[in-house]
Amino acid sequence: MENLQLVLPEIFLSLSIMFLLILGVFKKNSSRLVQSLSLAVLIVTAVITFNETIGINETKLFNNSIIIDYLSSLMKIITLLAAFLVLIISSNYLKTFQIFKIEYPILILSSVLGMMVMINSNDLIVFYMGLELQSLALYVLATFNRDEIKSSEAGLKYFVLSALSSGLLLYGCSLIYGFTGSTNFNVIADQLNSNEYALTFGIVFILVGLAFKISAVPFHMWAPDVYEGSPTSVTLFFTMVPKIAALTVFIRFLYVPFLNLIDQWQMILIFLSIASMLFGAIAAIGQTNLKRLVAYSSIGHVGYALAGVAAGTNDGIQSSVIYITIYILMNLGLFSCLLMLKRDNNYYEKIDDLSGLSKNHPMLALSLLIILFSLAGIPPLAGFFAKFYVFKAVIEQSMYFLAIVGLLSTVVAAFYYLRLIKIMYFDEQKEKYDTDHGFWLKFSLTASTLLILIYFIFPSQLIEVVSRINII
Amino acid sequence: MNFPILSSLILLPSIGALFLFFTKSDKKNNFTGKYVALFTSAVNFFLSIYLWILFDPTTSEFQFVEERIWIKDLINYKVGVDGISILFILLTTFITPLCIVSVNNSIKERLSEFLIAVLIMESFMIGVFCSLDLVIFYLFFEAGLIPMFLIIGIWGGARRVYSAFKFFLYTLLGSVLMLVAIITIYWLNGTTDVVELYNSGIDIKYQNLLWLAFFSSFAVKTPMWPVHTWLPDAHVEAPTAGSVLLAAILLKMAGYGFIRFSLGLFPAASEIFTPLIYTLSVIAIIFTSFIALMQEDMKKLIAYSSVAHMGYVTLGIFTIQQQGIEGSIIQMISHGLVSAALFLCVGVVYDRMHSRLINTYGGIVSIIPKYSILFMLFTLAALGLPGTSGFVGEFLILMGAFKDNFLVAVIASLGVIIGAAYMLWLYKRVVFGKLINTDLKQMFDLNRSELFILSCLAVPTLFFGFYPDPLINTIEVSISDLIDQYNFKLASKT
Repeated sequence: MENLQLVLPEIFLSLSIMFLLILGVFKKNSSRLVQSLSLAVLIVTAVITFNETIGINETKLFNNSIIIDYLSSLMKIITLLAAFLVLIISSNYLKTFQIFKIEYPILILSSVLGMMVMINSNDLIVFYMGLELQSLALYVLATFNRDEIKSSEAGLKYFVLSALSSGLLLYGCSLIYGFTGSTNFNVIADQLNSNEYALTFGIVFILVGLAFKISAVPFHMWAPDVYEGSPTSVTLFFTMVPKIAALTVFIRFLYVPFLNLIDQWQMILIFLSIASMLFGAIAAIGQTNLKRLVAYSSIGHVGYALAGVAAGTNDGIQSSVIYITIYILMNLGLFSCLLMLKRDNNYYEKIDDLSGLSKNHPMLALSLLIILFSLAGIPPLAGFFAKFYVFKAVIEQSMYFLAIVGLLSTVVAAFYYLRLIKIMYFDEQKEKYDTDHGFWLKFSLTASTLLILIYFIFPSQLIEVVSRINII
Repeated sequence: MNFPILSSLILLPSIGALFLFFTKSDKKNNFTGKYVALFTSAVNFFLSIYLWILFDPTTSEFQFVEERIWIKDLINYKVGVDGISILFILLTTFITPLCIVSVNNSIKERLSEFLIAVLIMESFMIGVFCSLDLVIFYLFFEAGLIPMFLIIGIWGGARRVYSAFKFFLYTLLGSVLMLVAIITIYWLNGTTDVVELYNSGIDIKYQNLLWLAFFSSFAVKTPMWPVHTWLPDAHVEAPTAGSVLLAAILLKMAGYGFIRFSLGLFPAASEIFTPLIYTLSVIAIIFTSFIALMQEDMKKLIAYSSVAHMGYVTLGIFTIQQQGIEGSIIQMISHGLVSAALFLCVGVVYDRMHSRLINTYGGIVSIIPKYSILFMLFTLAALGLPGTSGFVGEFLILMGAFKDNFLVAVIASLGVIIGAAYMLWLYKRVVFGKLINTDLKQMFDLNRSELFILSCLAVPTLFFGFYPDPLINTIEVSISDLIDQYNFKLASKT
């Protein structure tokens, strides 16, 4: 009982969700209140996580099924902050479509709870529970604009494909349980016998399931459709928050129970990484819808984050955490721009709608320019450093092929980012967009752009934060 | 620690750009914006002159070194200059204010944005020439792509989008391999500090691949045949000031990189790949000179002549002779002045007639005599007439080449003749001959700012042609030390 305070964030979050649900049901027109309370809950949970768990040594609870260490605390805080930002900038969008309801923040909170459980998990069953909790909330979020046929389609597609991948994942879990006699990560690690081919099958099935959740090629097919169909604010959530949890599970799962089988899974991970980087870069070239383009670009970025995991060292893990953090920052800025392309209660999401943006909205265009160059990985912007750390970790393991393919695909990817810049800066202008965006939207755009721009002045801070991650 | 003069040189233009950014950009303020930019870049020029005065040419040590922790346990911010780099910094700070003066005539819209791009570009380029850490070098080297892409794309000519993309993707493709090489060097030696790497040397097993990775980046940027095709496109479509920056300074980054990194870090590999460089250089000299001969667009002609001139530069660098490398640096400085002037000359007539085609012109000597005189001077400098800076560079390069490889030197010397042919023919067709196109009669001669810019470029061209000593004194010790180091490392097989 004495360690209950370590799971205080999760306990607090679940109680808050129940309370907010009851409040929303019994009090009429309370969506604004629930929204504000949810924001407060996210912040408080982040503060609790920071206070209670960030400094402590690795601790396992509940029969070793939950692990609290620096990695899990850090990733939980990033998840909570990202969810906070998503929630705070999406209210204008939701109001425009008249879907500003109490369910929205509550669903986001529940999926965040699921992610926190995933991040904490040290046991296949706990992990699976967390995964399903977050997925169920995400299915509903995808269909949140239920009068829109595309949104319903996105939700259904996501549900069917995700259920399939969960099935594969569960099958993998049962194989592993069958051969090692336990679902606990540490027990599995002790029982490992690399001669068991079926065990490798188990790993492969679980990797497939995880690759699906993180939308790595070749399990990415759902991503463009779901990203395009979902409401933009939900798409923003999809591209940022679940990836943090999935990446943590990737790291935990591969490095705790299966570290001894590194030769077996490293190949798979390198393949996933290369395929995602190349495919993400090439497939994005032909897109005309901005949200689809972002979907492919996020597939590419996941490939870079996985490259760090594939390196098989602490450096590699740290570099992928840095990568995902900077990626979240850039994505936040990108979507803030997308949410500003609004005219007469209508949001524009075609690439051509950016045309001539630099003349009508010079500041918006400049921010987007910086964010896009950063996504393309051009120095001295933050995106370059993210790639630099990943490739440093990769090259230290002499994985030159991965590094060279990755860097060449940045050149291909640069093409479609440049195309957006070209449309903004070189093409003829169109009608103006609205300028009365809420404070928080402007704030998130300005803050993310400035952070990307001046990251090169303070590059050490982020490294210091992640340097305490120590898995191996 | 003393006054951080190099960091100030890097930062000052960016601060000016920041200042411009916060100035409102209506018509009247555009005017002040221009003076802000001009003032910043002029101060920077005088600061760099001061740097040259303080510079001690009797040692090959890096001077004015500043070192700060940047990324802990990984990379230090380190800058410094030696005889090789200081002239390029001077060239950069000299050309930039002239570019800013020249925008009067060519840039009509979004002037303050243009000036911001030019100033940021200046920061990055000075950074390239004084960084003493490979990662910092890469950072500045690549960052320069962003402003140049915008300069070509926003203010360029009709096919600007195509050219901007080609420029960006070509150079990016070349450089990513260099990034792999830099990280590999870090992994091998545990540092990316250039001075430490000079002392410790790099494992001979890896040198060839690393050299090729650096080469891929520098060859595109130089540009060497056969990856030169982005250059004519970029030059033709860029606005005049953009072409000037591109030709005068951007192309020099690669030549500088060859001397500093390819020769300094990978002597064994440089020795092995010298025949490759010779072949490509000679092809560049002969082949692109012939291409230049056939051009109908003046800017394209000068762009191809740049490729040929850079062919001499790479040839001179890899002779590993005192004269050859000295010649290459002087050739780069001279090309920086002369090609800038030639692009400005094209800009002058383009602003009046809106045509770059050679056959639009002809017989303008009596209409705009001042222009014709200055154009003549730069034409002669481009073909290397004795008494101009072009001659000093080419002569020294060929002298170095004759010492190292007779055949290559003979072929390269033939290139001088073709060079003279296309430049003189260009001049003849544009300036002399019968006046056929009667619209030309409305052309007016150089205005004050144009006259000022071209005279500013003419003075050093002639001065260093007759008296190259100040340049040679500055670079001499650094180069002889570089060559000694090179031979020493080659002998001791590291």
